[in-house]
Amino acid sequence: MTDTREPARPVRFRGGGFAPRPVRLAGPAVFLVLVAAWEAGARTGVISPLVLPAPSEAIGALVELWVSGELWEHLAASLSRLLLGWVSGTVLGGLIGLAIGLFSLVRAGLAPLVAALFPIPKIALLPLFIIWFGIGEESKVALILFGTLFPTVIFTYGGVDNVDRTLIRMGQSFGLGWFSIVRKIILPGALPAILSGMRVSSAIAIILIVAAELIAAERGIGAYIQIAGSLFATDQLIAGVALLSVFGLTVNWLIARAERLLLRWRP
Amino acid sequence: MQLRIEGLSHRYGDVAVLDNVCLVVDAGRIACIVGPSGCGKSTLLRLVGGLEEPGSGRILQVGEPPKRSLNPLTYIFQDFALLPWRTVAGNVSLVLEDHGLTRRDREAIIGDVLERTRLAEFRDAFPRQLSGGMKQRVAIARALAVRPAVLLMDEPLSALDSQTRELMMDDLVDLWKRENLTGIYVTHNLHEAVRLGHRIVVMSRRPGRILETVEIDSPVWDRDASDPALETTRRHLWTAMRDEARAVDLELTGD
Ligand SMILES: Nc1ncnc2c1ncn2[C@@H]1O[C@H](COP(=O)(O)OP(=O)(O)O)[C@@H](O)[C@H]1O
Ligand SMILES: [Mg+2]
Repeated sequence: MTDTREPARPVRFRGGGFAPRPVRLAGPAVFLVLVAAWEAGARTGVISPLVLPAPSEAIGALVELWVSGELWEHLAASLSRLLLGWVSGTVLGGLIGLAIGLFSLVRAGLAPLVAALFPIPKIALLPLFIIWFGIGEESKVALILFGTLFPTVIFTYGGVDNVDRTLIRMGQSFGLGWFSIVRKIILPGALPAILSGMRVSSAIAIILIVAAELIAAERGIGAYIQIAGSLFATDQLIAGVALLSVFGLTVNWLIARAERLLLRWRP
Repeated sequence: MQLRIEGLSHRYGDVAVLDNVCLVVDAGRIACIVGPSGCGKSTLLRLVGGLEEPGSGRILQVGEPPKRSLNPLTYIFQDFALLPWRTVAGNVSLVLEDHGLTRRDREAIIGDVLERTRLAEFRDAFPRQLSGGMKQRVAIARALAVRPAVLLMDEPLSALDSQTRELMMDDLVDLWKRENLTGIYVTHNLHEAVRLGHRIVVMSRRPGRILETVEIDSPVWDRDASDPALETTRRHLWTAMRDEARAVDLELTGD
């Protein structure tokens, strides 16, 4: 049947790839190489200290901040505003988003409004907020609340819309009450989207709090950066920016943990 | 409890889906509804289950459901409809939680139905960890937990591969035998229909009318897939259905 004189060769492999796999240490390695190059550039004078201070100087500024005890003051100021604003914005946004998802009338009334207000850069409203709520904490918290409200609303009702309708029909077919269906089927089904919304809103909250502190505050990381900038203390400025980055990373890590814990059931 | 469907017609907007469907399902009997896809089988079942309101006609429950029945008309869905965030036991528990049972009673029922569907050792598994056949067994366990008077099954085996379907059919035969269930079983598979049904109803293409009704009186657990009498019935049903199925095949889909 087979002609043994026919040339035979193995089938060429042409699959594979396009499947990201975790490569540990690659991320930290890139970071370390960049910082090392930067440090080397600064030491050898390739990068003038006027243009960009060496990382070691920024670290020095940070240590100084820590030793003087001001670090905690700034962190506490930023963190309390952030938490208060973000938590209230998320709770309120979640409730509004749920209402939009559940009631046609609320959707018809509020969804266009949310779409209109979402794209406004909220920082532009800070002067208004200062007039309304005063120069103190209230205006900053209100700014964050307002900034995190809209993405939370949009993600929440998007999540509610995407809950599998057959699951809801299933609940009805077993005679579950309305509240049971909302609590046991709709909310857990919308949770992945709500957590994605938290990721976005927490980033927005960090950007807004710093912007607000840059404009009007005595305490807080934004204020620290602002003072450093006005004095051209670039080492302190870099230290402040690095703090923000750590802030963002920490929040991201916390949300990733929450996702892993709450969405264990996902395939 | 007997189920009586009288002159049922239904439409979605301009599309007539059901046309004057009449059907009686006696207690302890399974009615199989077969018909080409899109003929309104799922719609019929949704109407019977009270998930939609009929355009005209009536669906009557004759006689009181048994006192201990928590949800007289109970569904089994084609795609299982399990909550992915609940474990096997949690999914069964879901349908018991709104009935004012004590935790003890609920646990007892859950343990019992999982035992009966051979799922006891998987009670803490999530749906994503289960095979298709096991998922459907969870759905069956959940349905049994509320002690239904009538089971409404919408192509319960269609999402399964053919071996699993064969095994599940044996499971269902067992179930009919043990529980003396009343049910409507929708399928497009005539093999399933002649194995599992006492009354087989063939529906026309949309708008669905009843074309033919065939009674099979032998108890389901005595039926053998290779029984020539069943094969003759199946052929007969296929002849009744073939032209309809062919016509549907040549239609443009409505949506
Ligand atoms: N909610 C709905 N709105 C509009 N049309 C529908 C709806 N549900 C089903 N239909 C239409 O009704 C017809 C019958 O559907 P269905 O009962 O699902 O058929 P089957 O289950 O027999 O395949 C189909 O043409 C389908 O497109
Ligand atoms: Mg169907």
